[in-house]
Amino acid sequence: MTAAVPIAARAREGGRLASPHALVAVSALALLVAAFLSVSIGPTGITLASLPRVLAAIASGQHDAATAREQLVLLDIRLPRLLLGAFVGAALAVSGAMMQGMFRNPLADPALIGVSSGAALAAVATIALGNGLAGPVTKAFGVYALPFAAFLGGVSTTLVLVLMVGRSGQLSVSTLLLAGVAVGALSGALTGLISYASDDRELRDLTLWMLGSLSGASWPKVLAVLPFALLIALALPGLVRALNGLLLGEAEAFHLGIDVDRAKRIIVLVTAAAVGAAVAVAGVVGFVGIVIPHLIRLVAGPDHRVVLPGSALLGATLVLLADLLARMLLRPAELPLGVVMALIGAPVFLHMVVKRGVGGG
Amino acid sequence: MLEARHLTYTTGSSTLLRAVDVGVRPGRILVLIGPNGAGKSTLLRLLSGDLKPTQGQVLLDGRPLGAFAPSELARRRAVVPQASALSFPFTVLEVTMLGVTVPGFGLSDAEAGKAALDALASLDMTDLKDRSYLHLSGGERQRVHIARALCQLAMPAWRSGQTRCFLLDEPTASLDLAHQTQVLAALRRQADAGHAVLAVLHDLNLAAALADDIVLLARSEVVAAGSAQEVLRDDLLSSAYGCPVRTNQTPQGDRPFVLPPAVFATHVARPARSLANGGGAHVLAN
Repeated sequence: MTAAVPIAARAREGGRLASPHALVAVSALALLVAAFLSVSIGPTGITLASLPRVLAAIASGQHDAATAREQLVLLDIRLPRLLLGAFVGAALAVSGAMMQGMFRNPLADPALIGVSSGAALAAVATIALGNGLAGPVTKAFGVYALPFAAFLGGVSTTLVLVLMVGRSGQLSVSTLLLAGVAVGALSGALTGLISYASDDRELRDLTLWMLGSLSGASWPKVLAVLPFALLIALALPGLVRALNGLLLGEAEAFHLGIDVDRAKRIIVLVTAAAVGAAVAVAGVVGFVGIVIPHLIRLVAGPDHRVVLPGSALLGATLVLLADLLARMLLRPAELPLGVVMALIGAPVFLHMVVKRGVGGG
Repeated sequence: MLEARHLTYTTGSSTLLRAVDVGVRPGRILVLIGPNGAGKSTLLRLLSGDLKPTQGQVLLDGRPLGAFAPSELARRRAVVPQASALSFPFTVLEVTMLGVTVPGFGLSDAEAGKAALDALASLDMTDLKDRSYLHLSGGERQRVHIARALCQLAMPAWRSGQTRCFLLDEPTASLDLAHQTQVLAALRRQADAGHAVLAVLHDLNLAAALADDIVLLARSEVVAAGSAQEVLRDDLLSSAYGCPVRTNQTPQGDRPFVLPPAVFATHVARPARSLANGGGAHVLAN
């Protein structure tokens, strides 16, 4: 088809802008570029020219006084931040793709199953009660009290939701959606109640956490999310077929031989764990879960064999680039990642929705 | 053979099916007919395993459906639902290929693609294969899902001697005449290939043309079962549908056909030209 044919006309014929292989290849390349930029650019400059020397020094394990500072920045700050950012982006984008597939709605979001609101509630409670009632507990966990609480809050909210909705033996997606909205509202109310009772300093901590950031990246945090990265990587291949079938409808998926109830439970639990871990280490970062899968479907179609790996790669890329902007725009100060993400994500998303409609086809 | 034994299905306080016995035999086409709300779709959903019967059981080759794993069942039966909720831009070919993703088929992508193209060709849809599902008309969507099910049935049988079933809920509802004929021919080919075919049809004439056996459902029960000649009778249909129905015979005398009751009714009521000025009661009195 010639370039003169408008994109919309090609899409009308079902023609895709890129083949699945091309999309995954381009996404992987984009991630490499973003990763490279992410380690080499920062307020503490590591010049491109010195990068090979720094890497060589790290690789050989020899002490090189001239690059000692760069080594430190690279190893202890940039690298864990890179890995954590990539995890957060991939986890959020893949979770979004799974929720959209399961709810058969391109606007569905992991927030629908209560992970984010539960995590927010737990985080807010930890911040507000950290100085008072729960003081001894939070002290014992040190800086990990907040991420740990956020993770527990997110996952346990989802578990309670699933247990309530699935009581009849079947996990009804529409009930899950409605109950999720109710649970979200309840957590939101409790969060509001606690923040209302907080003092100024707590409020500021709280607000910053809700805006999301990767500034607390460290190796222990990278190790903490590693099991979740593995969990997602192991669960995804088995979910591709189920998600494709679910797009047709639950009855149709069952006709195609999919154990629908089992698939839905796995999807919800993997999503809860992945988003819970992401929220725990980076706070609330929006839009990745909606924009990225939507973009992939627009370009290469809704087949989850492409949507899932593509979302992981491109989600990681987007978060790394947004984090780069967050670090550089107002340096040496740092913008919240969630704010940058919304600044990029919202207009892009608006453009896509207005131009192409919700279905993206 | 796929059989329903004394099937009762209740939801809440309403009974949607009451003590239904139906058997779909390999190599034959059974057509379910009946008025709206008679329980046709409910019966189809029970037979496909979507719903669990309140009482009685559904057996596939003597084994209760509940004892089959979903993947095992998918190798033995394909279902075409009345309407699908797909709202993502899969292409026609991709939707059709979902029919060959059943675990255990173990096909290469090339084989799966060929099976899908064959299924599309048999329904005159080859030209549409790269079109987005979202840009299809109602009739085209219906044919894609039939192609998907044909694809699923075309895969190598798990074990020979096992019945494979093809269940369709109003497969011709939004099709034009030519495509109706095409779909009916496809169903006949499936039956000839040894599959047990069950279709819910609204159009009594299509039912008469297609069916080896007809089951007439009304008010949640089986009213009549047998050949077209045995079931498509004035008295049975009139009482089941709650309006006067008159059947006729094709000139060859081998198939009954039914004119819409409205044709018959307006014919009788024609003298009432006063309809426009409130003569409705007069027509009713006729």
